Amino acid sequence: MRASPTLADEFPDLSQMQIAREIHWRRWLAAAAIVVVLAAIARAFANGQIEWSYVSRFLTAKVILQGIVNTMVMAVLAMALGIVLGAVAAIMRLSPNPVLKSVAAGYTWLFRGTPLILQLLLWFNLALVFPTIGIPGLWTARAVDVMTPFLAALLGLGINQGAYTSEVMRAGMLSVDAGQYEAAQAIGMGRLRALRRIILPQAMRVVIPPLGNEFIGMVKATSLASVIQYPEVLHNAENIYYANSRVIELLIVAGCWYLVVISILTPLQMLLERHFARGTARVNR
Amino acid sequence: MTKPLVAIRSASKAFGEFQALKNVSLDVWPGEVLCLIGASGSGKTTLLRCINQLTVIDSGGIWLDGEMLGVREEGGKLRRLTERQIARQRLKTGMVFQRFNLFPHKTALENITEGPLQVQGRNPGEVRAEAIELLRRVGLATKADSYPSQLSGGQQQRVAIARALAMKPMLMLFDEPTSALDPELVGEVLAVMKELARSGMTMMVVTHELGFAREVADRVVYMDHGAIVEQGRACDVLGAPREERTKAFLSAVI
Repeated sequence: MRASPTLADEFPDLSQMQIAREIHWRRWLAAAAIVVVLAAIARAFANGQIEWSYVSRFLTAKVILQGIVNTMVMAVLAMALGIVLGAVAAIMRLSPNPVLKSVAAGYTWLFRGTPLILQLLLWFNLALVFPTIGIPGLWTARAVDVMTPFLAALLGLGINQGAYTSEVMRAGMLSVDAGQYEAAQAIGMGRLRALRRIILPQAMRVVIPPLGNEFIGMVKATSLASVIQYPEVLHNAENIYYANSRVIELLIVAGCWYLVVISILTPLQMLLERHFARGTARVNR
Repeated sequence: MTKPLVAIRSASKAFGEFQALKNVSLDVWPGEVLCLIGASGSGKTTLLRCINQLTVIDSGGIWLDGEMLGVREEGGKLRRLTERQIARQRLKTGMVFQRFNLFPHKTALENITEGPLQVQGRNPGEVRAEAIELLRRVGLATKADSYPSQLSGGQQQRVAIARALAMKPMLMLFDEPTSALDPELVGEVLAVMKELARSGMTMMVVTHELGFAREVADRVVYMDHGAIVEQGRACDVLGAPREERTKAFLSAVI
C-alpha cells in the first residue's frame, strides 16, 4: 500500500447539501392528546361544585395575605436557623475531636429520627414539662408566655431542618479536594479559618441546589405549624372555611399562594448559584 | 560555623504497615538548594511534608531555624503544640504542591494576598503592591485578575509559587512541582525556580527533573524505601553514583 497525499475520489462532496428538517408527527400527536386531557380536567373543575368567585375574592383577602407573609417569615427564619445549625453540626461532624463528632451525630439522629409534627407539638407543649423557665437568679418566666406559637414553630422547624442541612453541608465539604485544605494550612491557616475562607465557599457551589430543594420543602413544611396555632396561610385559610364552609375554594387559594412563592424562589436560587460559581470553568469560558 | 536551617534527626513515619520514613537524619543549610530524588514511595514527599507538618512524624525530631517542630519539651517529656502554634511554625515554610492547589474561587492576585491579609493581618495596600510585584517576578503581571481555571498548568504553578513567597518564608518546599504539567510547560516553572535559587532562597525540591537537579542543586539526596541511600554534590550523585541502588534508579529514569 502506497501512502499518497492526494484524496481518493469515490467520496462525493457534501459541503453544499443541508440536513432536511423532519416533522415530528408523534410529538404533535402527543401534545394534542395532552391538551385534550387538560381541557377535560379544566372543564370538570369549571362545572364542579366550586364557587370560583370565592377563590378570586379570598385570594387577596387581608387574612390570607397576612398568612402568606407569616409563612414566608417563618420559612426564612427557620431555614436560616437550620443552615447555621447544619453548618455547625457538619463542622463538628468532620472535626477530629470525638466528643464534638458524637454530639453532632446524636443531634442528627434525634431530630431526623422523629416526625416534624411531633417535634412541633413537643416544643409548643414544653410548658407541661417545665412550667417556668429561665436562668436561676437572673431571669425566670412562665413557659406558656415564652413558648408562643411563633417561637415553637421556629424552634421546631429550624432545629429539625438543621439535622437535614448538616448532612447536605457535610456532603459539600467532603466534595472539596483535600489539597485545598492542605494549601490553606500551608499558608498558616488554622482549621476554622480554612473552613470559612477556603472550604465553605467552594462547598456552597455544591450545596446550593440541594439547599434550594430543602428551602422549598421548608416553605411547605411551615403548614404543619397550623397545628400549633401559628397563623400561616393554611391555618388562616382553615379558619375562614370553618366559618363559611367554602373548604375547597380556600384550599385552592392557599395552594395558589404556595405555587406563587415557590415560582419566585427558583430564579433566586439561580442567582445564588451564579455567585458561588466564581472561578469555575463553566462560567468563565 | 553557621547553624543548619533544617535539622532532621532519626525521623520515622509509618502509614499503617507501610514504613514511609526510616530513621532519616539530614541537615539543610541556609541558602542551599537540595534536590530529593528517588522512586515513588521512597519517602521523599513524606519527608518534605513532615517539615511543614502536613504529616506528623512518629518518632525522631525536626528543627527549623533552631525551633523544635510540633512538640515542646516540658519536664523531660514531649508535649504536642497546639494547632495555633503549629500554624505559626508553618509560616516559616512555603509549600508548592504537585497539583498546584490554587484556590479556584479566588483570582490569581487574591490567591497571593489571602495569606498575608487573613493570616498575617498586614496592610492591604502594601500586600497588594507586593503581590503585583510577585506576579511580575513569575512572569504573570497581566494575569492578576484571572481565575485559576483560566490559566494553564504552568501559569497556575507559577501563581502557586508566588502565593508561597508572599508569606516571606525562610524555606521553600517543592513537592514534584512539574510532575502534573504538560512537557512544554515544565520549562517556565523551572525557570522561576532557578531564579529563586539564584536569589539565595533555601529550597528543598522533590523532583524527577534530573536536568534541573544537575544545573541548580547544591546537593542531591537519593532516597529509597524510606531511607537516604546516597547524597552529595549533584555532579557526583548523578554523574558518578557510588551505590548500586542509585545506579539502578538513574539508569532506569534516564
